Amino acid sequence: MSTVVDPIPATTLAPATALTKDTYKNKVHPDWCPGCGDFSVLAALQMALFELGLQPHQVVVISGIGCSSNLPGYINTYGMHTLHGRSLAVATGVKLGNHELKVIATGGDGDGFGIGGNHFMHTMRRNVDLTYIVMDNQIYGLTTGQTSPTSRKGMKTKSTPHGNVENPINPIPMAIVGGATYVARGFSGKQKHLIELMKGAIMHKGFSFVDVFSPCVTYNKDNTYQFFNPKVKALDDLGHDPSDFHKAMDRGYQWNEEIPIGLFWKRTDLPSLEESEPVLDEGGPLAFRKLGITDEQAQGLIKELV
Amino acid sequence: MAKVDFAIGIGGEAGQGIATPGDILARIFARRGLNLNAYNAYQSLIRGGHTFLTIRASDGPVRSMGDKLDILIPLNQDTMDRHLRLLGAGACVLFDSDKIKPGVPAEGVQVCPLPIKQLTAGNKLAANTVAIAATLQMLGVEFKALEDALTRIFKRKGDAVVSENVGFAQTGYDYAAANFKAFPFKAPNLGKGNAVLTGNMALALGGIAAGVKFYAAYPMSPSTGVLMYMASHARELGMMVRQVEDEIGVMNMVIGAAHTGCRSMCATSGGGFALMTEAIGMAGMIEAPVVCIDVQRAGPATGVPTKTEQGDLWQILGAGQGDFPRIIVAPKDTLDAFQTIPELFNLCDKYQCPGLVLSDLLISEGTASVDPKDLDFKVKIDRGELIMPNGNGNGNGAAANPFGGANDNAYLRYKNTESGISPRAVPGMPGHIHVAATDEHDEDGTLISDEFTNPAKRRMMVEKRARKMETVLAQIAPPKLVGPEQAEVTLVGWGSTEGVIREAVEKLAAEEGIVANQLAVKWIVPFHADEIAHLLTRSKRIIIVENNFSGQFARYLRSETGIAAHGHIRKYDGEPFMPHHIVNAVKSQIAGQTELSVPEHEVMV
Ligand SMILES: Cc1ncc(C[n+]2csc(CCOP(=O)(O)OP(=O)(O)O)c2C)c(N)n1
Ligand code: SF4
Repeated sequence: MSTVVDPIPATTLAPATALTKDTYKNKVHPDWCPGCGDFSVLAALQMALFELGLQPHQVVVISGIGCSSNLPGYINTYGMHTLHGRSLAVATGVKLGNHELKVIATGGDGDGFGIGGNHFMHTMRRNVDLTYIVMDNQIYGLTTGQTSPTSRKGMKTKSTPHGNVENPINPIPMAIVGGATYVARGFSGKQKHLIELMKGAIMHKGFSFVDVFSPCVTYNKDNTYQFFNPKVKALDDLGHDPSDFHKAMDRGYQWNEEIPIGLFWKRTDLPSLEESEPVLDEGGPLAFRKLGITDEQAQGLIKELV
Repeated sequence: MAKVDFAIGIGGEAGQGIATPGDILARIFARRGLNLNAYNAYQSLIRGGHTFLTIRASDGPVRSMGDKLDILIPLNQDTMDRHLRLLGAGACVLFDSDKIKPGVPAEGVQVCPLPIKQLTAGNKLAANTVAIAATLQMLGVEFKALEDALTRIFKRKGDAVVSENVGFAQTGYDYAAANFKAFPFKAPNLGKGNAVLTGNMALALGGIAAGVKFYAAYPMSPSTGVLMYMASHARELGMMVRQVEDEIGVMNMVIGAAHTGCRSMCATSGGGFALMTEAIGMAGMIEAPVVCIDVQRAGPATGVPTKTEQGDLWQILGAGQGDFPRIIVAPKDTLDAFQTIPELFNLCDKYQCPGLVLSDLLISEGTASVDPKDLDFKVKIDRGELIMPNGNGNGNGAAANPFGGANDNAYLRYKNTESGISPRAVPGMPGHIHVAATDEHDEDGTLISDEFTNPAKRRMMVEKRARKMETVLAQIAPPKLVGPEQAEVTLVGWGSTEGVIREAVEKLAAEEGIVANQLAVKWIVPFHADEIAHLLTRSKRIIIVENNFSGQFARYLRSETGIAAHGHIRKYDGEPFMPHHIVNAVKSQIAGQTELSVPEHEVMV
């Protein structure tokens, strides 16, 4: 016999306990190099969750593999530390399995745009309701400094000792064209700004993407805080309208003495994948639904076969 | 013993509509309560080539496509030319005499030309209907059965189409009665209906019975039937079914859904399975229960997409780097496929590990009849030590701190228990917060692989996971020796060869006076090494029958039991065994002619 259980939303079980900034702190301390940009991304995410009042057990942070992908181990929410490049596929499964959870994927540029590039493309076009934060340091950190899909042309790394001859990808226009419905860029050096971008991303219904310049102080001597600090300009200050597709593309491509950060592109007219699937219309999360089928359903299936 | 046992072969080009007459005949036989097996030999193209469908029916058990053909219906000249030689005395060939020239048949074969133009007044589409009607007449099936079948099929197209087709059928039926000699037997009506389904449908239905809520796949023959069945029933049964960008994405997505507490499943073939393997290791490491079906086809690489093989055994045994617990099972037939999936889900939930199913094209794309009573959806569901917010599972209760878990050591996701099984809380559960990591981790989920590497902890966690497997074996049925205990030969097989070996054993006894018995292995990991060794050490001559080149199972058996078989029967031409292949091979091995037989497939498809 099937186990018969009435679904109760997870939320009703949570006793009212006050959230504080420390609620999101994990007992494990990050083992990132001192000065690594990822510290600021972690702090910004913790603050964004706090300011949004999201309860830690209702949030799942899911990463791939890399220095940046160690983030789920340093934040007090449910976490998954998956395989190199696979965070978005796993995150999609988690979101569809329990669409009441807030799902946040995190990782590095190699993880997301290199080995995970295919999932990036397809998760965007599906407009899955999750937030993807990439700590884009334009280098492979954990493997000690090889070129990445976002490494600038000419950059010397351990795997391009004579300078990178390949063209980098630009994640912002790629995400806009790929179907992401919230596309932003932040900078570890501008934490307050980053918190606001993250809050917007987490509350956005659909696929939200935040590419963060998060300097690798150990292996990337080109894209440093000193490099970005004078260049980054908030799009708000530039009078950008995130509903203007062509302007968003132009700003996304801009890479000169002025590098825009902020919200490039946002649209709210497209349903997310979960909203498009009638199976999720009622009955709560799939994960908590009763297993098995009714006798009538079983008879119906058998009837088709005889 | 079966009183009636006959087989019909229908052949033509892909796109010539072989499936429809095949389906009509299969359903008519099944409705009469006959058992049947249908096997379609085809190629990877949409039009052209050669497709040959064999439908065998009997009032006794039907466990394979059999050895003989009683009726050949060639829809083109090529089929006539290829297969007429398969017919022996008593068989017949039915064909459109306006289009196809008969060859020279063996003695005693009845040649039944159908003047289709004259019988259908030039309606080309009706040719198949006429041929089916003539076939059924010669098999002694009353016209009403065909009339009912045609009415069901054409109902949607309106009464005029129904009566037109029934009219053509009547013409064909009457023509056969007047011109051809009927078979000396009649296909009986046993007064109870059988269900007809493919193995892929059975696997899908098994998932549905088990309570699968999430199914993902990337199309790949011969596994795509599972996806199509799941997709067509997703909305009515409340399942999430997704076609994903690739098999890497499939397995990772399935693991994500499983991690939230959904029963999650996917199916693929060897190539897709290769892409999934890293993630299967993840399921082992984070201890997520997932079920993945590998429907084997002839490999390597793209191989022969529409042909069968049992060539993925070592692939699945070695899938994923490192050591981790997994359960591997190879169902033996259609019904077994249906019944195995819920059982496997219970084991996966209990032991929190991946469950891998080895099907093959023969089972998955083959069609078989099943007693509808055996399609029991009220299966046992055991979710093991699962902690869910709605009380589904055990060990829950309001936690002191809803935001606690790993942080306050209130919950250890990977607790080092005696059984190795650690209670599993799903995301969303208050007070059980933790990280599930593919890096080696401590009991609380903290990584120990980087800065904090600790050999003692690493060893503890490897052993914790491995320990889970110690009790699995006691929960699954060991294989049994079928047939007389004292036998000249023991035929050993695994998975889909169970039926054909059984028929070979019967034939050996009935026709050759050779006493053989059979050991059919279904559970591959864990393996009943002691039980199997015990049974086999008493065998006079062990012959292993398998559908691959290198004897993958023979090598596995040897590695697990130390037993080396005396002989081998292997087939790797893409086609399944027929009973006489095994019978002839056994005879030549007993005569000392060889220890390795590779039967030749006589049906050229
Ligand atoms: C399948 C696979 N290939 C390679 C690796 C090795 N690897 C680990 S992290 C990494 C790249 C990390 O770069 P990035 O994703 O940009 O993250 P960062 O360390 O810079 O934060 C690589 C290649 C792996 N873990 N798995
Ligand atoms: S290697 Fe670079 S990315 Fe990795 S922790 Fe150090 S600074 Fe950060």
